[in-house]
Amino acid sequence: MSLANFTFADIFFKLVVPAFIATVRMVFIAGVLATFFGFIIGIVLVVTEKGGLYENRIVNRVLDIIVNIIRSFPFIILMVSIIPLTRLIVGTSIGEAAAIVPLTIAVSPFIGRIIQNALKEVDPSLVEAAKSFGASRPQIIWRIMFKESVPAIVSGLILAIINLLGATAMAGAIGAGGLGAVALTYGYQNFNQEVMYSICVILVIMVAFIQYFGEWIYRKLK
Amino acid sequence: MIEISNLKKVWEDGTVTLEDINITIGDGDVYALVGRSGAGKSTLLRCINGLTSYQEGSIKVDGREVKDMNERELRELRRHAGMIFQHFSLLERQTVYQNVALPMKCWKYSKEEQEKRVMELLDLVGLADKKDAKPRNLSGGQKQRVAIARALTMDAKYLLCDEATSALDPKTTSSILDLLLEINKKSGITIIIVTHQMEVVRKACERACILEQGVITAEGPVEEIFFDKPDSLLRLLGEERRELPPSGHNIQIGHPLECAKDGLLLNEMALELNYAFPIIDGQILEYRGRNLGMFTINVDSEHLDAVKRFLDDRSLEWRELCCEHDTSAVHMFSDSEEA
Repeated sequence: MSLANFTFADIFFKLVVPAFIATVRMVFIAGVLATFFGFIIGIVLVVTEKGGLYENRIVNRVLDIIVNIIRSFPFIILMVSIIPLTRLIVGTSIGEAAAIVPLTIAVSPFIGRIIQNALKEVDPSLVEAAKSFGASRPQIIWRIMFKESVPAIVSGLILAIINLLGATAMAGAIGAGGLGAVALTYGYQNFNQEVMYSICVILVIMVAFIQYFGEWIYRKLK
Repeated sequence: MIEISNLKKVWEDGTVTLEDINITIGDGDVYALVGRSGAGKSTLLRCINGLTSYQEGSIKVDGREVKDMNERELRELRRHAGMIFQHFSLLERQTVYQNVALPMKCWKYSKEEQEKRVMELLDLVGLADKKDAKPRNLSGGQKQRVAIARALTMDAKYLLCDEATSALDPKTTSSILDLLLEINKKSGITIIIVTHQMEVVRKACERACILEQGVITAEGPVEEIFFDKPDSLLRLLGEERRELPPSGHNIQIGHPLECAKDGLLLNEMALELNYAFPIIDGQILEYRGRNLGMFTINVDSEHLDAVKRFLDDRSLEWRELCCEHDTSAVHMFSDSEEA
């Protein structure tokens, strides 16, 4: 079908706007899930490392290797290769819900590393001071390590969310919907440059917005 | 009371950091662990509150062995043993008030109790007006005061100070020590000070132990250590032992200089004995706010007995030094060190 019969405004409101909403939804849901899992991964990596609060070489090693393996997959390959798992979880391999699974899996280890690095940056003498007044280990993780590293975590999360947005557009290529899909099917494959570039502009604005909003929060926290 | 006996600490890689440590720290004492960096003094301090483990021997805090405590008991011990650090270890993102309140938060005190205690302590350390400031806006001395307040929130019985004044200038160091002594006097808290600064020991501590490569090389009342001048003290101060004249007897005298007249002691002795002797070494040290004179004179055999009698009559501390570089005293005099 040709888009020649439609005006740009029609295309924009019928295709681009819903796609934009779909993208935001995917980024948001996958972002929340990946942040949740990322926190767990990051905290476990930090507390189980040598000299950590719950030192455990085996757990640390295994998790570290898993994180490295997932992070070494190019996203598009990861997405295709875990289709059976995606089917198992959401019952389908196409559409928004199906995209959230690989997006979460791809971004969680990335956020995990960000949290790990942020927590590791916390001055070990603060942890020692907390021990010295009898704080329990969960209290040290929460009240000392986490609270002191909030700005570093926030700036890392901005990075991760922008990455996630890029991955979401890529997921559009293999059936996830959203801005990426519209740019490819209606823009690139239909030789409709207006659609394609308008989506590029929307993505640029989204990235800029996330970046500036994140920096604003960062400054507030610092 | 802290009793440490035959303590040995070995790191995982097999290096021995502490060996054969025997000290007893009484309640209300101000005790110094002195030594150069790497001597093991900070490690010894951390053994006391269980921040690091030890392999042999025992540390008993109020009669209870630290090694045998489980995690909950250790937390309980640390609750009553506040600690302050060289770099203050304050949370940079929280206010002074929040920093001081943190231990009480962890121990789930009520908001009212927290507020009451925090303000009390901030008053004590003189920072009540800074309660909403962030640590980065405070000077080093002020940060250490906040850390002291934090360490005292749980009515600590012990205060462990790990190089607490090493990052501060001399004047600030002195004001922090004054504060510690004030707290010691007011609440009878036992203070253990780890430091490499002998001035700190002299100004604040009653007893000290010098650590060298993990072993104790001198222990006792600070006054006595300065009087005895063991080799380890000289190494710590970076001083050379003074060459003594080979002839005659070298007598070292220590006496408090409480009033101007005390300074006339040697003069008096010379007049009374009608004998002029050379002074070969002399030093006036401030010790816990008192001035102590320390002189070495060279006396010939003829006058030796008269000099000894003169000194004993005034019950002054003295000893005869040997010519060889030997620290063992020929004569240790009466035990009149504590005023």
